[in-house]
Amino acid sequence: MTNITYVRTEMLPQQAPPPGEVGVVGWLRQNLFSGPFNTILTIVSAAVIIFLAYEILPWFTNSIWNASSLSECREIADGACFAVINERFNQLMFGFYPSELYWRPVLAFVLLLIALAPVLIDTVPKKLLLLTAVYPAIMYLLIWGGSIWPPIFVLAGFVVSAVVFSVVDKLAGTLAAIIIAVLAALFWWLYAVVPVSDVFISIADIGFVEVTSNQLGGFMLSIIIGMTGIALSFPIGIVLALGRQSDMPIVKIMCVGFIEFIRGVPLITLLFTASLLLGYFLPKGTTFDIVLRVMIMVTLFASAYMAEVIRGGLAALPRGQYEAADALGLNYWQAQRLIIMPQALKISIPGIVSTFIGLFKDTTLVSIIGLLDPLGLSSAIRANQAWNGIIWELYGFIALVFFIFCFSMSRYSMYLERKLQTGH
Amino acid sequence: MTTLTEEPRAFRLSMLIYDTRYRSMTIQVFALLGFLALVAWLVNNTVENLAIAGKDFNFSFLSSRAGYDISQVLIEYTNDSTHGRATVVGILNTLLVASLGCLLATVIGVLVGVLRLSKNWLVARLMTVYIEGFRNVPVLLWIIAFFAVLTELTPAPNAFRGDNPTASMFLWDSMAVTNRGTYFPEPLFARSLGNLDLYYFKISNDLLAILAVLFASAWISARIKRHADKVQNATGVRPATFLQRLAVSILPIVALMFILGLYLGKPELKGFNFQGGVHLLNSLIALWLALALYTGAFIAENVRAGIMAISKGQSEAAAALGIRPGRVMKLVILPQALRVIIPPLISQYLNLTKNSSLAIAVGYMDIKGTIGGITMNQTGRELESMLLMMFIYLVISLLISLAMNIYNSSVSLKER
Repeated sequence: MTNITYVRTEMLPQQAPPPGEVGVVGWLRQNLFSGPFNTILTIVSAAVIIFLAYEILPWFTNSIWNASSLSECREIADGACFAVINERFNQLMFGFYPSELYWRPVLAFVLLLIALAPVLIDTVPKKLLLLTAVYPAIMYLLIWGGSIWPPIFVLAGFVVSAVVFSVVDKLAGTLAAIIIAVLAALFWWLYAVVPVSDVFISIADIGFVEVTSNQLGGFMLSIIIGMTGIALSFPIGIVLALGRQSDMPIVKIMCVGFIEFIRGVPLITLLFTASLLLGYFLPKGTTFDIVLRVMIMVTLFASAYMAEVIRGGLAALPRGQYEAADALGLNYWQAQRLIIMPQALKISIPGIVSTFIGLFKDTTLVSIIGLLDPLGLSSAIRANQAWNGIIWELYGFIALVFFIFCFSMSRYSMYLERKLQTGH
Repeated sequence: MTTLTEEPRAFRLSMLIYDTRYRSMTIQVFALLGFLALVAWLVNNTVENLAIAGKDFNFSFLSSRAGYDISQVLIEYTNDSTHGRATVVGILNTLLVASLGCLLATVIGVLVGVLRLSKNWLVARLMTVYIEGFRNVPVLLWIIAFFAVLTELTPAPNAFRGDNPTASMFLWDSMAVTNRGTYFPEPLFARSLGNLDLYYFKISNDLLAILAVLFASAWISARIKRHADKVQNATGVRPATFLQRLAVSILPIVALMFILGLYLGKPELKGFNFQGGVHLLNSLIALWLALALYTGAFIAENVRAGIMAISKGQSEAAAALGIRPGRVMKLVILPQALRVIIPPLISQYLNLTKNSSLAIAVGYMDIKGTIGGITMNQTGRELESMLLMMFIYLVISLLISLAMNIYNSSVSLKER
């Protein structure tokens, strides 16, 4: 072996990277000025941002929070007139809800957050689910008021149904028990609730001051309609999706027909149907609350979209999962509950949440049939002499509140996806 | 000794519930009966209610005189026309705003979607802000806000008048933005070919001639390309066709314009308002921009997802083959990404078309404004009008999804 002198035997000390590649300068070069095209893009966007900031910042810094009209605002300073938000805040939140009763929707909202907590967050004790179960009745009671007995007895229908189920289950088998339990609940709600509550009202008339639907409005109305739609459209959507995937042709055709019809027409035509045509379709003299009608229509609309999203999840699930469930000897519902649905729903989380977000945004459409949601109120406020001509402040505020709700929903869905991620 | 063959059991009634062979049949029969009962109940109620109200169910009102004016008409319409014709005007207006919206939304969506993937930190952040801002705020709010800005912050026509006008026109005095709408110069022809009368509506012969020439140019240009492809495949050398194709695309249409005598009819202030030129209503502009910006944000996300769905290996393999970056995008990435992008893109088109029914919030006369609005209120035919309107929307939606399905089956991977 010859001694190779030109091969270096000791390690060279590591050199510092060139100053242009590290630190702030390196970051700038990599992310903002990596080529002529990128440099132009950066300069253009920086110019846009600076221009916007130059236009908008003084508008914010000169804003006025206390004035009674737009013209008064303009006299004081040339900035934003947030006085309109200040003055009409309660209206934008609660509509024409009696101001001495504001504690009721506020309490309902706080309870809503508590009731949602066990559903949304794992670490919350599961006992709170009891509150979630009775929450709809509490919400109804707090928002609309009236005697406490009808909501209680409507809830009691579920208890009646459960009792009937457990009794019949021992005597005549599960299927018969389910049928009879459902019939019993329907019978209870249709024929027993009103007389029983009347009896209790005559004994002890406990209740809250009643508030009619036309006094509801603002973001309270959006949240009521949105939350009801979200809570109801999810189970209905699952049933429709399963029906559409079913082997039974008649059930399948009915589900497909329903879904395609609802998805083919704009929500606004359904809302007009609710406000104009329902009188034709129901027996003479049936009238029920416009907010309730809107809730039903929004729910039906969202559940058709939900069904398609969940169907996507069901279709994306590998065939082997269905076959494995069959091989384990699980029946249809067991397979759905234990194997198919948990995975299919996980796959479709992004779609489900964007349907929820869409539903919440779509609640603004009720302003077109005359309900006073935030947008309906904004037209009313702008029609007022004092605030005629106000644009950015009012719409900006409403947009901001919607943004906060929808953006947090989409962030929650991302968190959920990460949490349920089981892949590699 | 026991036999393994099972006795064929006699049919018992309980098997309808407990035997899986018959259970689905039972369920379906009951579902069908329930559904029929529901329909019968609804129809019965409707018939009874109509009888009580003294109304009948027919569509003859469509052929009676409408008696109202529509601010934007694409085919001839006066208030002496029929309700049916008003409906057609409404449908055309819906289709106009929907197609304009789809076009602009696609442009915005593709641009923003690509820019959001840009390595430029600032641009990517800016695009994220745009997307999140528009996606998380109701589209109705955008429509109303745009309309308010357009009608309240723009000058009235008489602000353009006088020696010291407070407002001025743009683009060399050819475009005016007013609170009654925007006025553009209108292409007019000195030697017009007249109109082709198709009984129900008229088509300008000039338009037909322009379309024919454009179509012929495109066809010849495609022939040149095919010939070049053939030569390249046979000899390996591609003949230079750029100038030829450019000439074929541009020269005939320029010649046609010259023959027809193209000139621009500028809007001019006459009386209380601008006359001449193309008049775009504020309601149309507000609806168009709001729908396009809102849907564009969704399309941008679809485009981004589509591009990200193509694995990095594809572009690396293309680069390894020595293909230049521009052609990698054109030949490798885009054809694959389009397969992912197009289906959600078309469902966004569907959403945009349905959302265009929000036109009623700004008074744009689409289907909802004509048949579902004034016609319905004048004739009192809520049931017929609403059903007809839903039917029209349903047909439009089904046509769009039909197009989507045809496209899907033509580009889906041909697996063997």
